[in-house]
Order: sequence, then C-alpha cells, then structure tokens
Amino acid sequence: MKKIVLMTTALLMVVGFSNAVMASPEEDRQIFLNFYKERFPNVPQDDYINGVYAIDPVGRENWEAIEEFPPYETAIDAGKSMWDTAFANGKTYSDCFPDGPAIMSKYPHWNKEKGSVITLPLALNACREANGEKPLKYNKGAIANIVSYIAYESRDQVTNVVIPKDDPRALEAYEMGKKFYFTKRGQLNFSCANCHLQNVGMVLRTEILGPAVGQTTHWPVYRSKWGEMGTLHRRFKGCNEQVRAKAFKPHGEEYRNLEYFLTYQSNNLPLNGPGARK
Amino acid sequence: MTISKKHLVGTTGLLISVLSIPLLTTSMAFAADAGNAVAEGKDLAFDRKKGNCLSCHMIEDGASPGNIAPPLIAMKARFPDKAKLRAQIWDATAANPDSPMPPFGKHQVISDAELDKIVEYVWTL
Ligand code: HEC
Ligand code: HEC
Repeated sequence: MKKIVLMTTALLMVVGFSNAVMASPEEDRQIFLNFYKERFPNVPQDDYINGVYAIDPVGRENWEAIEEFPPYETAIDAGKSMWDTAFANGKTYSDCFPDGPAIMSKYPHWNKEKGSVITLPLALNACREANGEKPLKYNKGAIANIVSYIAYESRDQVTNVVIPKDDPRALEAYEMGKKFYFTKRGQLNFSCANCHLQNVGMVLRTEILGPAVGQTTHWPVYRSKWGEMGTLHRRFKGCNEQVRAKAFKPHGEEYRNLEYFLTYQSNNLPLNGPGARK
Repeated sequence: MTISKKHLVGTTGLLISVLSIPLLTTSMAFAADAGNAVAEGKDLAFDRKKGNCLSCHMIEDGASPGNIAPPLIAMKARFPDKAKLRAQIWDATAANPDSPMPPFGKHQVISDAELDKIVEYVWTL
C-alpha cells in the first residue's frame, strides 16, 4: 500500500503533478490540460474529443474516411428501437428517464442514497430490472446499441461531471479513481498514466498513445480490431489486460470510480459519441 | 516521504544484488555457448510474447519499433559492466521507479535463462 502511494507520487512529480497529490479535481483537470498543451501546442482544446487522432495526422485521414459511412449507424438504429419498444409490462425506458434519451451528460454522477457513482449502463440496467427485464451484459451487444442511441441524441451536450460538496464520499470516489489511474499493474507493470500521460504521443510498437483528456466523450466505439461496438468499460478491460493485469468487473466499484475520475478530466468538452477507432 | 522512498529503493536494490549472485553463475555457464546464446537472445528480445523490446526500443534491423525508449546501440560503451545491463532488464524500476519498462526478471515475464541470453544479445549491439 505504502509502496503504491510512493510510486504514484513519483510519477505525479515526473509529469509535473508535483502538488497534485492533494490537488482538487479542478486543479487536476488544469494540470492534465496544461501538460498536453505543452506537448501538443497546436492541438485546439476541443479537438481532444477525437482521441488519438487529435495528435496523429496519418491515422486521422483513415478515420475521417471511415466516418463518411459510420460503422456505428446500425447500433444507433438498433438502440432507438430498444428505446421505443415497450417492456413486457408495457412500460418503456422513457418511464425511467423522463428527460431522455438525450441524457448522456448526466453520467457518471454521484448518488448520495446509494453512496456510489452511477454510470449510464448501471442506470439502464436498474431500469430494466425495476420493470422485470433481465439486465444486459456490459461490454458489447445490446447495451452498446442503446448507449449509442443515447450518445447520438446527446451530441449537442458537453461533459459535465459534478463532484458534490455535500457528501465527502463523492470526492473520495474521485480520489480512488485517480489512485487507480496512477497505480502500476500487471506483470508488465504499467499504470494508465505511464501510457496516456507520461508517454503520450509516443509510439508503442505500431500504436500511438493518445491523451487522457477527451477519452470519454465518444462512447460506445466501433473498433475495427473488435469488428463491433464496445463500451468504455470494455476498453478499460482491454487496457488492463494488455499489460497482463486482471481486468476488474465492468461497472464494479473500481471501474465506476475510474470512469468518474477520467470523465471529469474531459469536463466542458463536447460529447461526440458514438465513435469509431482503428 | 522522501526518506522512506530512499529506503524503499535501497531495499529493492539490495534484494536485486542478493538475487543476482546465483544468476550470474548461470550466465557463466552459457559463456561457452555464447554464439548460440546471442542468436537465441535476439529471437527472445524480438518475440512479442517474450521481451518484445521493439515495442519501445529501436534495435538494429527490427521492424516497426516503438520510440518510447532510447535506441539500443553502443551497449558495451554504455554498460561496460554486464551485471548492470542485466539489472536494468531484470527490473528497470529499481533505477527509475517511473520507468514504463516492464520488470522482466522480477515479474517473471521471462525466465532467468532467457534473460541471460537477452543480455548476451543486447551486449553485442
Ligand atoms: C501499455 C499501454 C497502455 C496502458 C497501460 C493503458 N492504455 Fe489505454 N490505450 C493504449 C493504446 C495503445 C490505446 C489506443 C490508442 C489510443 O486511443 O490512445 C488506448 C486506448 C484507450 C482508450 C480509448 C481511447 C479512445 O479514444 O477510444 C481509453 C478510454 C483508455 N485507453 C483508457 C485507459 C485506462 C483507464 C488505462 C488504465 C486502466 C489504460 N488506458 C492503460 C495503451 C495503454
Ligand atoms: C514499455 C517500454 C519498454 C520495453 C518493452 C522495454 N524497455 Fe528498455 N527502456 C525503456 C525506457 C523508457 C528506458 C529508459 C530508462 C528507463 O526509464 O528505465 C529503457 C532503458 C533500457 C536500457 C538502458 C538504456 C540506457 O542507455 O540507459 C536497456 C539496456 C534496455 N532498456 C533494454 C531493454 C530490453 C533488452 C528490453 C526487452 C527485453 C526492453 N528494454 C524492453 C522502455 C522499455
């Protein structure tokens, strides 16, 4: 435990987070932004929503060609019919989400009663279960379809993660997510920050490492490597497993807090999901 | 904080030197077979399931290297002491806690015998 904290501190210092161990979420966000601004002075802030393509002009050309016939279109259509189709009891998703479907920017958020971070897929499954339906599996398939539809309908919104001051556990959850981000894991011993902060823009074999800011704005993603849509937590799993670490449960506490921390770093950036990646 | 960090690094360093004594003996056994060890070491260093050093380092004729790390050239000049080279590959985080380089020996990504061969190869670069 002590060791983890020490390692974290060391990396934080390397990337200029010297006072960040105690920094507020807003200070963290500024540190992230300034760090990337120094590395990529010509990238406009809003362009970070395009992920690694903000800093990879060659990859970007291929990606823009792909976006002309978006591979996520069928997912949006399938998601819309899920939204419009009644459950066995006659109710629909709209009964749980009266403001929906354009509700992406409300997630993830802190829920005081439950004492935990609530992500959109969790809320969707809670709705299903409350109406006698089976919960959906979290990594791909139907969940990716309905979230694609919601993401698409929310495209004019901006990321707006709030850490309420009236419940100290909310900040604790954020801090847990931050710690997760900086902790080295797996046989290959990488933290998220080793790749997406310390070595951002560098090439790992054939992959350019993209910035953390903007990573959450465009989910779910159609990934050519997957040959299908996948959710944000599926990507967390992949990034854990590629360093031979054990993945955590999708929407379990670790990944919920990680999503809370990571999405906060994209605050004020436009939502542009669903997305496509190579 | 700083004091305990020093202490931590110190202990790790000590642990490595204790562990490397028997390992060095192993590598001497290979000395007779050095030519083979170099060739096998190269295969191990390039193998994506083993060293996969190319994902970060440029190495002579290796295809599509990453650029996270310094190119592996002039190794004898940079590491006159082979044991130091071995220690770097065994656990890069001992010298630099932030190093993204996997601790190949310490985390048993590769076996000690494999590590010895990689060292033989890298030392020829
Ligand atoms: C060994 C390197 C490595 C580590 C460690 C790593 N990633 Fe990644 N990650 C990548 C690469 C390579 C990609 C694909 C290129 C890109 O989008 O940055 C990627 C992509 C992503 C994406 C998708 C970005 C997009 O726009 O679609 C997210 C989100 C992500 N990583 C989060 C994480 C998190 C959270 C962690 C820690 C749990 C982590 N990564 C650890 C290498 C890594
Ligand atoms: C994920 C990235 C990564 C991988 C994989 C990797 N290294 Fe490294 N290596 C580094 C980095 C970064 C450095 C720079 C010093 C540091 O941070 O430890 C380094 C430093 C070194 C050095 C010291 C070079 C010097 O001039 O100081 C040697 C030798 C070395 N690596 C050998 C290897 C070998 C052999 C392999 C494969 C078995 C390997 N590395 C795999 C990232 C990597």
